[in-house]
Amino acid sequence: MALRTLASRKTLAAAALGGARPLAAARGVATVALPDLPYDYGALEPAISGEIMRLHHQKHHATYVANYNKALEQLDAAVTKGDAPAVVQLQSAIKFNGGGHINHSIFWKNLKPISEGGGESPHQKLGWAIDEDFGSFEALLKKMNAEGAALQGSGWVWLALDKEAKKLSVETTANQDPLVTKGANLVPLLGIDVWEHAYYLQYKNVRPDYLSNIWKVINWKYAGEVYENAVA
Amino acid sequence: MAAFASALGILPSPPASAYPQQRWLRSVTREQRQGCRSRRYSKVVSYYGLTTPPYKLDALEPYMSKRTVELHWGKHHQDYVDGLNKQLATSMFYGYTLEELIKEGYNNGNPLPEYNNAAQVWNHHFFWESMQPEGGGSPEGGVLQQIEKDFGSFTNFREEFIRSALSLLGSGWVWLVLKREERKLSVVCTQNAISPLAFGDIPIMNLDLWEHAYYLDYKDDRRMYVTNFIDHLVSWHTVTLRMMRAEAFVNLGEPNIPVA
Repeated sequence: MALRTLASRKTLAAAALGGARPLAAARGVATVALPDLPYDYGALEPAISGEIMRLHHQKHHATYVANYNKALEQLDAAVTKGDAPAVVQLQSAIKFNGGGHINHSIFWKNLKPISEGGGESPHQKLGWAIDEDFGSFEALLKKMNAEGAALQGSGWVWLALDKEAKKLSVETTANQDPLVTKGANLVPLLGIDVWEHAYYLQYKNVRPDYLSNIWKVINWKYAGEVYENAVA
Repeated sequence: MAAFASALGILPSPPASAYPQQRWLRSVTREQRQGCRSRRYSKVVSYYGLTTPPYKLDALEPYMSKRTVELHWGKHHQDYVDGLNKQLATSMFYGYTLEELIKEGYNNGNPLPEYNNAAQVWNHHFFWESMQPEGGGSPEGGVLQQIEKDFGSFTNFREEFIRSALSLLGSGWVWLVLKREERKLSVVCTQNAISPLAFGDIPIMNLDLWEHAYYLDYKDDRRMYVTNFIDHLVSWHTVTLRMMRAEAFVNLGEPNIPVA
């Protein structure tokens, strides 16, 4: 943590993109770090309150990072000892906490304050692909709202690109399962967190209102860049 | 519900229940005009109603706020009731008791569309009655003896309940159940709406681990929520009544062979 506070935002962003940084103390296990947000906690108001963003980043995401790193070190020890039952037993903690870190790292980049272009609909290649695969941009939003509202329990709703078939689809994953669990070819362009912690303080039980408001702060420029890199 | 439906000739008699007749029922009489003969008759249709917690909505403060109970009971629980009734209007499960619906609708782990709402209606009703103002502390008498027998001590049980609740990944429930086959109490977690009824276990008490149950009061601190529940909210009175009922189905005593 001390390292993290000393480092600049730029190096942190690079570390977050790479997703891993080696810690000498942990015998070469590459652990992960909590990425900084590319905007202030209150910058997405009124769509998402500053209190939600702060808790979501400092508490929830930070806990996934800490527990993922802990599980990685336990895994390293178990692998070194050749303790197969321990290796297998650690899988659920790795999937859950590693997934939580992956998903939230994407989610922060999917959001952007309105003043910086959040909510501006996608243009060019991604815009054309959305029209082709869903009929229209509005049809895509409607589909993601419906699937997000219908998801039982905690999870995520995704706009995914199948990089082999070059086709877009809407997917949902349970709990903190990352999109890759739905198919090795799927690239996450946009992930929306529908865990109650993502909206409850502000929207209470009305998940559909959260879903319809979040479009005002979606960073379509980022989704478009990921799309163009993946299809190139 | 079951007796009522049977009297109307809608249903065969349901199997014996581990729970008493509950106050779920809301009846609606509907006049209908039928087809070409214009014969008027009335048909009674029955749907589920929202049951009320057995205490005032602010009675669990400061461990569970009035606002949380208002939303959790008045919105979330109500939504599950409304969602279930909407489905039952066109469902093969119309007229089933909730327990039958939960067992059948679970469909060996491939839940049918009605399952989620039905189980959540039942789970929440059971949850409200698992708590009481000035609850918590330690159980007494037979319940305490059974807990000591099955967990070693009440402290062990308390620790296992908290540890288990914290180990659940995502939304769900933690339960104290009586296992029929093993004839012992056990702590189990279930994901989302899943009910131990579907596995044949007898639920004794439960705690909601969905974030909506504690987020307004505890934010991300599930440990504090679970600890306050077990120390200050759980109704050992309800647990005792449920254990007495469960003992009609599971023999918890040592085999007693009469001497000739």
